[in-house]
Amino acid sequence: MSRQAQFKFRLYVAGDALNSVQAVSNLGELCRQHLPNRYEIEIVDVFREPKRALADAIFMTPTLVKLAPEPIRRIVGTLSQTQTVLQALGLEAATP
Amino acid sequence: MKSARPLRVKGTNKAPTGIAGFDEITGGGLPHGRTTLLVGGPGSGKTILSLQFLVHGAQHCQEPGIFVAFEESSQRIVANAESFGWKLAELQHKKLFFLDAQPTPDLVQSGDFDLSGMLAALAAKTKEMKARRIVFDALDVILALLPDPATKRREIYRLHEWLLAKELTGIITAKSGGDEDSTVIQQPFGFMQFMVDCAIILNHSVALGVSHRNLRVQKYRGSSFDEDESPFLIGNSGLVVDIARTRVRVDAKVSNERVSSGVERLDTMLGGGYYRGASILITGFSGTAKTTLSGAFAEAACQRGERTMFVSFDSDCNEVIRNLASVGIGLDRYVNNGLLRMISARSIAGSAEAYLVRIKTLTREHGARCLVIDPVSAWYKSDNDLTAQSVADRLIDWSKGEGITLVCTSLLDEMSNRTESGSPLQISALADTWIHLNYLVQAGERNRGLSIVKSRGTAHSNQVRELILSDKGVTLADTYTAGGEVLMGTMRWEKERTERVAAEAAEAAAKLKRVRLDAEEAELEVRVKSLQTELVAKQVEKALLVRSTQSHEGELSRGRSQMKELRGADTTIAGDKVSPP
Repeated sequence: MSRQAQFKFRLYVAGDALNSVQAVSNLGELCRQHLPNRYEIEIVDVFREPKRALADAIFMTPTLVKLAPEPIRRIVGTLSQTQTVLQALGLEAATP
Repeated sequence: MKSARPLRVKGTNKAPTGIAGFDEITGGGLPHGRTTLLVGGPGSGKTILSLQFLVHGAQHCQEPGIFVAFEESSQRIVANAESFGWKLAELQHKKLFFLDAQPTPDLVQSGDFDLSGMLAALAAKTKEMKARRIVFDALDVILALLPDPATKRREIYRLHEWLLAKELTGIITAKSGGDEDSTVIQQPFGFMQFMVDCAIILNHSVALGVSHRNLRVQKYRGSSFDEDESPFLIGNSGLVVDIARTRVRVDAKVSNERVSSGVERLDTMLGGGYYRGASILITGFSGTAKTTLSGAFAEAACQRGERTMFVSFDSDCNEVIRNLASVGIGLDRYVNNGLLRMISARSIAGSAEAYLVRIKTLTREHGARCLVIDPVSAWYKSDNDLTAQSVADRLIDWSKGEGITLVCTSLLDEMSNRTESGSPLQISALADTWIHLNYLVQAGERNRGLSIVKSRGTAHSNQVRELILSDKGVTLADTYTAGGEVLMGTMRWEKERTERVAAEAAEAAAKLKRVRLDAEEAELEVRVKSLQTELVAKQVEKALLVRSTQSHEGELSRGRSQMKELRGADTTIAGDKVSPP
């Protein structure tokens, strides 16, 4: 059933810090590979929208929040370890 | 205490913490606009100290603060802080902001990350509420998520730079490796100690089952500070740091006023009583009436209308009152009217340090001018010598500074040493007056002897007196010296009786003699009177005789002249003497 589910992501970044840039590119790569055409990414720059970071309790950047499907998950870091990220997103079964 | 201190006294860049004692150690507080590292083991009081710093800033210095909680949820911190009477609820949001930054347990981590997000969020919040103070509580929790020491170091740098750029007065707390040696802390924090402007180490240890809390300022750039470990206590209203050395020792107000010891004859022995503000040490073995003597002092103080505090380590307050009532010292009425505050120190748990801080706080609360501690040697039991000694020293220093007349008793261990100098706490050197109570065993009796070992600035009697307790009160009796020994008890009584009998006999003899003399005098007087009467009689007789002689002669001459007339003689016989018949 998760095959049909639409993925909604929000990625909090800190301007153009190296790890943030890496996270953006890693997420894009991952989505293209594992979730073709069924993902949505919103990027929030905490420097531009600090209040939002505060409200959402984002303390480390970059932070990826998977808003849909349930459950909501948070992953911090550059998302460089693809296997860990997929596991956290509940996608490891999709790539045997 | 120091809450009234205005912010940044005489232009110094210090942010007062409002923690009694701490601001004195650091000369005004934490470095303003800089970062302080607070290191300590579990339960060492890091969170409380930091929170107190924020609360003080928000309440008294117009410096709103932010508390970033990495470990404990802010709800729990607020709830815990309620017990200190800090009104966090009304401060919250406007003057005090809590940021819950605990990493969620299900947080997944993949690759490198940093704290920019949090700092950006905090920057916005700081601007919004014009925060001047910030606390990062348990930074180690978040740093533990970082993969390697280099990254940790980078994030610490980032944080530090950020704090400096924002000119916030910051506290970063971190756990130390263990509670044994608080200076050994985890690697990245070791480096942090070099980076920050001020580092404070909190230590919580247990020695012989007694908890000790210590605080030490390890470094403080650009300021002098007390480098020694200072004991502190988490009291009813937050942290209280006790100043180990009396750095700001004000010259004690020296008074010439005398206060009564409660025993009239002892006052006389001391030349009028104790000096006001002096510290008096009463030593003696168990049962030598130390408590009684200190109770008499307390009663006398209350009679003068002075607020007094009596701290008893040995027994319950009511027991003390009852026991003292049996020797005519009535303390209950002063307890009832609030002049006297009795505290059973058995209800205060903890180390000697804790006792000291507690006693100080209570004494201040009560506004006591006279303080009795019975006995101070209790500290010696519960602690090691050094601590107890230092506590006793500070107690004396403090009471002097406050002008409080302090009476301490100290129990001597009868078994281990019998010498007077063996006062376990060497406070005898610091005490102004030292009274020693002793038993003198003589002729099968045990009697209490009192001697004044020393009394500074006072001429005092050198003689051992006998201390007598009765239901009418405490008094001293003269002792007799016979053959170099002091007589007490029955022997004194016998001696007194012998003297009394002798005196009575002498008096009786004198009386007798006087009576006899009186009698003799009376007799003589009577004789004088009878002689006088006799004399008068003789005089009368003599007068009578003269008169009768004259009349006889007159008769004779008259008769002769009549005869002459009758005979017609023409001459009178001149010089003719008529001899009496």
